[in-house]
Amino acid sequence: MSGHTEHTTPTGGYEPKIMAFVCNWCTYAGADLAGTSRMEYRPNVRIIKLPCTGRIDPLFIIKAFENGADGVLVSGCHPGDCHYTTGNYHARRRWIGFKNLMEFAGIDMRRLHFSWVSASEAIKWVDLINKVTDEIKALGPFMEYKGLKEKSAEQGE
Amino acid sequence: MPRIGVFVCQCGNNIAATVDTKKVAEEMGKLPGVVYTCDYKFMCSSPGQEMLKQAIKENKLDGLIVSACSPHMHEKTFRKAAEAAGLNPYQCEITNIREQCSWVHHDKTKAAGTVKSIDLTRMTIQRLKKNQPLNKIKIPVKKKAVVIGGGIAGIQAALDIAEGGREVILVEKEPSIGGNMARLSETFPTMDCSQCILTPKMVEAELNERITLYTYSEVEKVDGYIGNFTVTVRRKAKYVDEERCTGCGECIEKCPFKVESAFELGLSKRKVIYTPFPQSVPNVPVIDAPNCTKIQKDKCGACAIVCGPKCIDFKMEDKLETVEAGAIVVATGYQNMPNERFGEYGYGRIKDVISGMQFERLASSSGPTGGEIRRPSDGKVPQSVVFIQCVGSRDEKKGVSYCSKICCMYTAKHTKLYSHKVHGGQSYVFYMDIRSGGKRYEEFVRGAIEHDGAMYLRGRVSRVYEKDGKIMVQGADTLSGSQVEIEADMVVLATAVVSRDGADTLAQRLGIGYDKYKFYNEYHPKLKPVETVTAGIYLAGTCMGPMDIPESVAQGSAAASKVLALFSADEMAREPITSVVNRTTCNACWDCLTACPYTAIEREAIKDRQGNVVRWVAKVNDGVCQGCGVCVAACRSKSIDLKGYTDEQVFAAINAF
Repeated sequence: MSGHTEHTTPTGGYEPKIMAFVCNWCTYAGADLAGTSRMEYRPNVRIIKLPCTGRIDPLFIIKAFENGADGVLVSGCHPGDCHYTTGNYHARRRWIGFKNLMEFAGIDMRRLHFSWVSASEAIKWVDLINKVTDEIKALGPFMEYKGLKEKSAEQGE
Repeated sequence: MPRIGVFVCQCGNNIAATVDTKKVAEEMGKLPGVVYTCDYKFMCSSPGQEMLKQAIKENKLDGLIVSACSPHMHEKTFRKAAEAAGLNPYQCEITNIREQCSWVHHDKTKAAGTVKSIDLTRMTIQRLKKNQPLNKIKIPVKKKAVVIGGGIAGIQAALDIAEGGREVILVEKEPSIGGNMARLSETFPTMDCSQCILTPKMVEAELNERITLYTYSEVEKVDGYIGNFTVTVRRKAKYVDEERCTGCGECIEKCPFKVESAFELGLSKRKVIYTPFPQSVPNVPVIDAPNCTKIQKDKCGACAIVCGPKCIDFKMEDKLETVEAGAIVVATGYQNMPNERFGEYGYGRIKDVISGMQFERLASSSGPTGGEIRRPSDGKVPQSVVFIQCVGSRDEKKGVSYCSKICCMYTAKHTKLYSHKVHGGQSYVFYMDIRSGGKRYEEFVRGAIEHDGAMYLRGRVSRVYEKDGKIMVQGADTLSGSQVEIEADMVVLATAVVSRDGADTLAQRLGIGYDKYKFYNEYHPKLKPVETVTAGIYLAGTCMGPMDIPESVAQGSAAASKVLALFSADEMAREPITSVVNRTTCNACWDCLTACPYTAIEREAIKDRQGNVVRWVAKVNDGVCQGCGVCVAACRSKSIDLKGYTDEQVFAAINAF
């Protein structure tokens, strides 16, 4: 199914692929505002909109890596600002457990980012995408995940 | 095989400048299931929409993608168009290639923008393949409203809803409606007497046949959802039969016991059987049970002896009543921060240091002094009064960080009332800033200073103490840079407006949000100022934060208009983005139940033919569910899914990354 473009630019350099899971009310609107304000940021991110960060199943993140993401970003409303009152708290709590699991599984946590971006924080969104893109670019393509997958296959998973 | 159409919008040059829309369309045409593609200048224009409808019909499309601006802009437009062409509107999906692509990637070679648009559109196409047709949820609406709180905001809301032809239950905690406004003497900036403008409204509420007053009552429980609430109200025992009482007042006359009056804020006493104030609505006394010797010790009973219609019943008990209602307006008001917190200003220690609200009672013609300004200690007319503003407001350390908004205005009013009532008296006002934004407000404050001789001193008071029968007020005058000491006969503190005790408990019962000061949260501070996150529950007045009478009244009317709009149809339609439980796999761990912020998940018993419960499963109440999806991620057995954002849809999008 995956028909994604290669990890290269037209000029041949490495460009990371980043998946962002964002909530509909804060971060998605914040990203829209960056557009309305004609700001500019790196084009590496692909957004998937969800109603709330609380909807995010950790499996989404695993699946994103499986499909060739070099980095994943999760962003929602600031604590206390959730459109659904407490959804982002659930996301935060789930994140803490999930982070430990990821580390245990050997996934470099520098490839996974969590942030709060409100509907008015277009600048924060722009800075965030640029920062995350640069960091992941510096890390290079995410080959370890492939390695892990192959290893578990060998062990008869 | 699905039959999908992809429409790529150029948005004039807004998208086309940095995205090769033609290429996007071409590339998408290569994907399985895509049978029609095109790019067009303005998809949202009338010809654009016509073209879309035409293409749906001609190509027998069963789903479509519009790659254009943010779905927050035109998702509704295109879904409507799809519906008009005979498609289920939820078979139309938007790819955001403007706000989140063409506008933020300025590469004129169009390389980056085109690649990104292709990726995003492909992800949406794969997602669309997993879409299910959805239908709007229809909910029947019970056309009766409950208004909680009988202050001016609640009265206004009740009157407007009744005027609109709907029934209202007005629930008030105290024995009479009227709220804080009933305590005020005059109102700024017009100086008309509060009682004179309020009591006609109170009486109107009592006489209106569509309004039922539940005074001396409190909301105990709220179940249900928009259009279908069940509100349980505790009707506290008044010990007086409301139906038969004529309001003659004989019982009050004869009662031999007196206690401090809460309505008069301790400035005078009232009988144990009482109405809070002379113009009480309803004009039915209640017995203050903890202080009544008949109820406590079976001694006295004088009131029952003199009562002509024999309507006093010492055995009366609280009653729980349930009300079925379609909407709820919360207008529970505010209280003042307890003065006891401000020992440095002498409150509690010095008898003639009073609060602003107590000053209102002194100035009120129905108050304990009959409207004469007399100080509480010896009843003398004070020749100089110091008003201290921002007592607790804008004071993060001892009070609250916000501005209480009304104090600048009512203090100016107090100085005016004082100068009108005590000729030759001098008032002093210690202030931080004068905040008089509002129609004719600034002129009002200027009037207090220029015509009524109030001496305004910009600075804080450091100490208040007694000396030779005078109250010495030490403070700073920051404008002249000097320390001042004033000999006063009375000191009035403008204490902060705070939320009511128990505001949080009520919010939890209603399922609405509140801030750290326990003021209720509106849905959106600008665009939805009287709605709450819980559909069908509206807010009005100072339960949301400090505001003055005109604002409270406007909000009461605003909330009423929302209620009337809701009641204008027999059924209401809601977006079908709600969770749904797979009953065959649910193992009743109830993780979803604790995760749900809306208590939208219920326990459902599955029974056999004999009616025995076989097992339990979770069930989502469509009327309450707001579609956040927290339950979906919380479910361990993957038995809940969110319509419109199902696992299948999200995974399909991720897999197409």
